[in-house]
Amino acid sequence: MSDLDAFRAEVRGWLEANCPAEMREPIREEGDVCWGGRNWVFKNDAQKAWLEACVAKGYTVPDWPKPYGGAGLTPEETKILKQEMKRINARSPLDSFGIWMLGPALLQFGTEEQKVQYLNPIARGEIRWCQGYSEPGSGSDLVSLQTFGEDKGDHWVVNGSKIWTSYADKADWIFCLVRTDKTNKYQGITFMLFDMESPGVTTKPILLISGNSPFCETFFDDVEVPKTQYIGEINRGWDVAKYLLGHEREMISGGGAGGDMVSIGGAFAKAFGKNAAGELDDPILRAEMAAFDVDVFAYRAMGERFMDMWKTGRAHPASSNMMKYVGTELNKRRHELVMSGGGSEALEWDSEETKGGARARGWLRTKANSIEGGTSEVMLNVIAKRILDLPGA
Amino acid sequence: MPLYHNDDQAMLKDSVAPFVAEQAPVSHLRKLRDSADATGFSRDLWAQFTEMGLPGMLVPEAHGGLGMGHMEAGIVLEEIGRNLTPSPFLATSVGAVAALAKAGGTQAGRWLPAIASGEAIVALAIDEGAKHRPDRIAATATRSGNGFRLDGKKSFVLHGHVADMSIVAAKTDGGITLFAVPKNAKGMTADPRRLVDSSLASHVTLDGVEVDADAVIGEVDAGGEILDALLAATRTGAAAEMVGVGQGAMDMTVTYLKERKQFGKLIGEFQGLQHRAAHLYGEMEVARATVMKAQQLLDEGSEGARLMVSVAKAKAGRAANLAVREGVQMHGGIGMTDEYDIGLYMKRDRALAEFMGDVHYHIDQVARMNGY
Repeated sequence: MSDLDAFRAEVRGWLEANCPAEMREPIREEGDVCWGGRNWVFKNDAQKAWLEACVAKGYTVPDWPKPYGGAGLTPEETKILKQEMKRINARSPLDSFGIWMLGPALLQFGTEEQKVQYLNPIARGEIRWCQGYSEPGSGSDLVSLQTFGEDKGDHWVVNGSKIWTSYADKADWIFCLVRTDKTNKYQGITFMLFDMESPGVTTKPILLISGNSPFCETFFDDVEVPKTQYIGEINRGWDVAKYLLGHEREMISGGGAGGDMVSIGGAFAKAFGKNAAGELDDPILRAEMAAFDVDVFAYRAMGERFMDMWKTGRAHPASSNMMKYVGTELNKRRHELVMSGGGSEALEWDSEETKGGARARGWLRTKANSIEGGTSEVMLNVIAKRILDLPGA
Repeated sequence: MPLYHNDDQAMLKDSVAPFVAEQAPVSHLRKLRDSADATGFSRDLWAQFTEMGLPGMLVPEAHGGLGMGHMEAGIVLEEIGRNLTPSPFLATSVGAVAALAKAGGTQAGRWLPAIASGEAIVALAIDEGAKHRPDRIAATATRSGNGFRLDGKKSFVLHGHVADMSIVAAKTDGGITLFAVPKNAKGMTADPRRLVDSSLASHVTLDGVEVDADAVIGEVDAGGEILDALLAATRTGAAAEMVGVGQGAMDMTVTYLKERKQFGKLIGEFQGLQHRAAHLYGEMEVARATVMKAQQLLDEGSEGARLMVSVAKAKAGRAANLAVREGVQMHGGIGMTDEYDIGLYMKRDRALAEFMGDVHYHIDQVARMNGY
């Protein structure tokens, strides 16, 4: 038995013993997702037990080094762990912007002290983070941001506001881009971390077309941030932000808002019937769904190739922009078809049968996919300039 | 297996790409076309292909070939596509080899070494109408003496008029049977037509063609599986060639965007064109990955290959078609001239798109394989 086979056997045994049955069910509602944080209230004992078991083993962040709360697994071992968790439909023990975005940036740019200080609570789900990038009026144009940190010797005094801060009202800390030099557009931004309970921080939820409110406006009014709480170099926060955005795009195009990229035609055939020839009972919709499914299978192949190339350093640095663009446009198309296939039932906004209008709300939610994390148009600009090397306008 | 070319495959590409680009660039196609060449490809070039061992890439080593896989054949096909190189490689070295290697037996022993040595060109006589419908083969093979008598019509038979052997799919009592019909078989006539891309494809008539029992490729009535292998290989190969065609067209277009000035600016500075070029890039990358996935699954003998082959033919078809349409449009008036190469890419794409099932055929196949 090879080492990897032995590892797989060990993981299977561990999952069997430690993953509660309630955690092997698909996510059905927002409360099923475990976000952690200071004020987190577990949905049930199983959610708590599953998180604690994974934390003890380093499995919330399996590929991080052990001193930072990880399990120090190799990429092959991490892949096996994910496969085995997927095999039993295990829920993610912890969803976290700390894991997906801040963690990789800290591993890359943080000092040893910062890594120990911040990564461990992230791995344990003790601090819930939010991201303070966009500002009113700046959108994807992040270098235009205005929130300003005035130098007061050992600390900055930060004033300004952020927008589209996901779950800012529930977060404990924020990682935030703050202008610290007004004379240099690109090299005048610092990547800061601070506690959302700091005096002067307020948040206000933004109601969206889906009827939900995952995003906030966030206001900073003379917030004091110690000069120990920045990542990378002062005025070079853009380097950290760009690195982090690469991870965010991977997430959005991959498993996150990209949705589960599976065939949809089969499910709809079951739901509203086939004709005598065994074909979906609407030839035009059948054709559109099948054309979509071709793109789904194709995109999955692209995802596999992208990850294989990304991990071995073969991918063009801007190829994550391409993945983000293709993946989010595809996901929007999926939800248009979901609505079309669902007919009048999919229109119901609050009925019990439709799980509170899940399809309609999900459809509206996906419209943000090609806006958040950089719009499709910005992605196309990046591809045109950095990959195709087209001249600047 | 990771989904990129390993070191050996990258080396193969490094030798094949400059070879095809130097020996058979688009001007090679123009020369054949303008001289109204009657063969459809250059025998000299095929001899050079043979020196490099390319015709027998997929032929098992036991039969004198290199025993390589679809991933490697795809490398050659992409370069053939990029340079619009007329060649019997796809039908002979990919389609015919897949069928013969799958069937084994007398015909494999007879033809595989001849393909590997560059001596034999093989045609695939499958289609019978304007559209690819292999499940509706009407040509018949009836028992006659010690052998069979073939009757029917075939169309879109690439290299049919010069092929040393044609693989003919015909209906027998209990299913489909494939036959190896040699050149000049009595009763078989091939009427070549020049197609939009300047290649030659034949209407083949089978009028009481008598063949021996050992002309059967594989077993009588059991040709379905062999035909499937032939189709999977040829469709994947056509998809790889289309990726080459699309890439060639896209490269030409992107280069043009960086050179051509209008309104005092390089047209590549206009965001309207930048976004279309960037979108095309994404579609081409996805198509490339999909074709590689199909090649990989075929090489692994995986169950999932059938689905991914149709996905690849459909996706590559869509992407390459976008590449040639955007290519001609972005070139503007010059894109409509015969003198400029971009139009030739559009023509080749159209022919490859139709070959072995168009986008709609394969989208439909994907729906069927997914149970709707």
